[in-house]
Amino acid sequence: MSRKTVQQSNVSGGLQLNKIDWKKFWIHLSLIAVVLIVAFPLIFSFAISTQSLQEIMARPSLKLSSHFLTNYREAWVRSNMGRLLFNSIFVALTSTIGKVVMAILSAFAIVFFDFRFKSVAFWTIFITLMLPVPVRIVSTYQVISDLGWLNTYVGLTVPLMASATGTFLFRQFYRTIPGELVEAAQIDGAGPMRFLWSVLLPNSWPNVAALFVVLFIFGWNQYLWPLMITHTKEMRVVVVGLRSLIPGGGDMLPEWNIVMAASMIALILPVIVIISLQKYFVELMIDTEK
Amino acid sequence: MRKRNSLIILIVLAAMLVGSGLASARTQIDFWFSLSGQLGDKVEQLVKSFNESQDEFEVVAFFRGTYEESMTAAIAAYRAGNAPHVLQVYEVGTQTMLLSGAIYPVYQLMEDYDIDIDWNDFVGSVLGYYTHEGNLYSLPFNSSTPIFFYNKDIFAAAGLDPEKPPTTWQEVEEYSKQIMDAGLARYGFTTGWPGGYLIENAFAWHGVPFASHGNGFESLNAELLINSEFGIEHVSTLARWQKEGVFNYGGRGDSANWIFFNEEAAMMMHSSALIGSMMQSDINWGAGMIPHWGDPYPKTNTIIGGATLWVMNGHKSEEYRGVAEFLNFVAQPEQQAWWHKQTGYVPISIPAAELLEAEGHFETNPYQRVAIDQLNYNEPTADTRGIRLGSFVQIRNIIEEELENIFGGSKSVENGLNDAVKRGNQLIDEFAEIYQ
Amino acid sequence: MSQSVVFKNKWLPYILIAPQIAITIVFFFWPAITSLRLAVYRTTPFGDRTFFVGLQNFRGLLESPQYKQSLITTFVFTACVTLIGVAISLAIALLLNQAVRGRTIYRTAILWPYGVALPIAGILWMFTMHPTFGIVPHYLGDIINFNFDWILNGQAAMLLVIIAAIWTNLGYNVAFFLAGLQAIPKSLIEASLVDGATSLKAIRHITLPLLSPTTFFLLVMNVVYSLFDTFGLIDSVTKGGPGGATEILIYKAYKDGIISLNLGSSAAQSVILMALATLLTVFQFRFIERKVSY
Repeated sequence: MSRKTVQQSNVSGGLQLNKIDWKKFWIHLSLIAVVLIVAFPLIFSFAISTQSLQEIMARPSLKLSSHFLTNYREAWVRSNMGRLLFNSIFVALTSTIGKVVMAILSAFAIVFFDFRFKSVAFWTIFITLMLPVPVRIVSTYQVISDLGWLNTYVGLTVPLMASATGTFLFRQFYRTIPGELVEAAQIDGAGPMRFLWSVLLPNSWPNVAALFVVLFIFGWNQYLWPLMITHTKEMRVVVVGLRSLIPGGGDMLPEWNIVMAASMIALILPVIVIISLQKYFVELMIDTEK
Repeated sequence: MRKRNSLIILIVLAAMLVGSGLASARTQIDFWFSLSGQLGDKVEQLVKSFNESQDEFEVVAFFRGTYEESMTAAIAAYRAGNAPHVLQVYEVGTQTMLLSGAIYPVYQLMEDYDIDIDWNDFVGSVLGYYTHEGNLYSLPFNSSTPIFFYNKDIFAAAGLDPEKPPTTWQEVEEYSKQIMDAGLARYGFTTGWPGGYLIENAFAWHGVPFASHGNGFESLNAELLINSEFGIEHVSTLARWQKEGVFNYGGRGDSANWIFFNEEAAMMMHSSALIGSMMQSDINWGAGMIPHWGDPYPKTNTIIGGATLWVMNGHKSEEYRGVAEFLNFVAQPEQQAWWHKQTGYVPISIPAAELLEAEGHFETNPYQRVAIDQLNYNEPTADTRGIRLGSFVQIRNIIEEELENIFGGSKSVENGLNDAVKRGNQLIDEFAEIYQ
Repeated sequence: MSQSVVFKNKWLPYILIAPQIAITIVFFFWPAITSLRLAVYRTTPFGDRTFFVGLQNFRGLLESPQYKQSLITTFVFTACVTLIGVAISLAIALLLNQAVRGRTIYRTAILWPYGVALPIAGILWMFTMHPTFGIVPHYLGDIINFNFDWILNGQAAMLLVIIAAIWTNLGYNVAFFLAGLQAIPKSLIEASLVDGATSLKAIRHITLPLLSPTTFFLLVMNVVYSLFDTFGLIDSVTKGGPGGATEILIYKAYKDGIISLNLGSSAAQSVILMALATLLTVFQFRFIERKVSY
């Protein structure tokens, strides 16, 4: 396929009867197929969340039924969804904000200062990238217990802040700041905090947005940690609270429609976050690529 | 001068108000339980009745997750110094609790606080399970035993007598095939809690030892015996049935319940405590004793399952008085009878059973008798009064894991059972090592 | 260009870095050390008795057929999620790179599962593939002779968790690949096309090699992902069953510690996992450092 033909069909913008661009056709068809496959479990689960129990038991079907409101209301009430959502939002927001703030401050310190224990501090922080939560779960639980933070918001959010992903990111970013800017600030008599506030922060927002996406979703989707340290209904987060609806511990027929309705409610917020803020998320990747 | 006096009076008054407020505040007692859904509601109701019956103590009930999760949490809490006062622990946790040093034996508690309980009021099999050196260490609370539920409508449609559940395993196979051939159900039967019902209770019901040394009662160095001739024969038949569809393994715990409630299977072996849910469902159900192989095995008794209430160390004396009163309340015949009627758990005190009998309760609810009769079918022998092994929680998990390997076809019956025995014995040995 | 101009304050950096250091020490180092300590002891569940046992816990693991089984299971799981996931993502990214119109829409439609928590992804897929209620076995069951019942069929269980894990991370991989592809100068490709190469050849000889840093990066990321982030998935769907068929290392460490209350063995397993994670992170870090040169 010569370049000219490709340009032509692009310029004309549509399918010309005698010059159907088959390559583009197959590409788009394949992509649409991929999108449908990816969306499939969601489509099916959503359909289930609108059906009645009898319809589910009868045969699996993608048909949307009429029980949307009853199912979702039941799911909401039974799982105390309002509280669950509040807790999830709180944990996700707080841990994200905490991480972002600490990331900025720590990266700032590491990049723009020379101090005696800099390398020690650097490695102390970055070693956390090497140990995900599930591995240190039992001992972290002990620590939280000793602090009296079990089943508290503090206990839920603070340990999640002990990871260096954000710090690493900002370190990379700050290292690209030209030295002249710093010198200019120093000449102007501005102190480091001033510099942080007026020069660094305004430029940091894209990074903050990108980090926000990743960290918010990470915080919202936390499973093991909230599972371990909360035990009252009031403190549960959505992802964990869902378990109480899953058949397996129940007595009778598993109410899959309710489970699916609850699952839909549980996933909608982080999915909206990734969809609406994906631009920053992707740009972050592009920056890492460069 | 006067100003200071009035100030002092004010302060004293305030202090008195605060003080009296404090004095009238109830002492809180923490009770962790693991019954969910409807059963959990009944627990909360029971607790509420106690709280309303007196005004010194307030029992606060927390649903702490499954029995497994709750026990883990309690242990962690204990290590951190804030265990609950009362903990509901399932039967497989008995040995762990017993030797832990973290518990306040119930018989001791009642003695220390001058509460008069006649321990002989409790049903024999229950006492047998939870007694150590002649004394009761935890209070029986929700006790059940597996019985055999069946779908009367399916039976009738298949030409079987809907009032006659199968009594032998041979009949189970026969009925299942009849039902399946008629296309009335996909499977013959399924089971809940496979380790507990297919193995532990099957062995006891047939008078066969599950482990040596009286199923672990007599020595910490017991060995598993589930790969005995009985075990191999029993599990081989089950494995064959799994292939044929007569039996369908539906997972652990309560995972298989829906198979019966959805009428995919016509019969199900499950806890007598499920009667409550049965009554609420649409199924036209009945229940009988669990099937038996017949000769040469005797019909002895099944094991008490469910959970008991343990009291944990580390609390203040005044609080323990409340705990004693709460447990005493729970043990009263009236409460026991109420609890049984609400939940389907077996009444574990003889006065409670007599109360129910007098009310004519068992006339209107004949199936409630099945569990009681099965528990008391014959005098328990040394091999059938219960199972007391260290690390029993893990052992049951191991057995269920190997059963899954067997039913799933990835291991032969001999290999699966032998591996289970090997792994289980290793755990028992490790446990014994620590506690010798 | 590396930042070399600094501020001269002596105390400020310490103050700035203090919160993160504090949290790291309390919630990272302290538990890590405790874990290491626990690994050389045998404790009773209630902690009333502890014995120093040296390396016995580790030896026990190496001799345990279940641990070996878990190693194999983890290897299979990780390999499948990583290799298949990355391969599929690459293919999709190549397609996507060709589509000029609607690229963002497509990308969005592939990226959104990233926001779904793994336990929930597990539930969605579990039901979609449910032997009785699921739509896939219902229609596919006649064509393919496969036992979808993951309660007894270990392969079905593995299939389920692998699919759910790949699905959730797909968009992430695709986005990275796409970014990498767009960094490749179009002139290179077009030049080769003019020279008479087919597009496939161009992909093989130009695109892929130039993309290898991204590919490599994603391989490592996906290995870390499947090793450590998939706990919630296993716990919500299969719980390691049936018979240990999906008991990956991280799940086994949790189960042995929290459910079986064998804290010593669980800690030993955690130590091994820690070593593995450290290796991977060092690997990844050094690689990124080399790549990201300013």
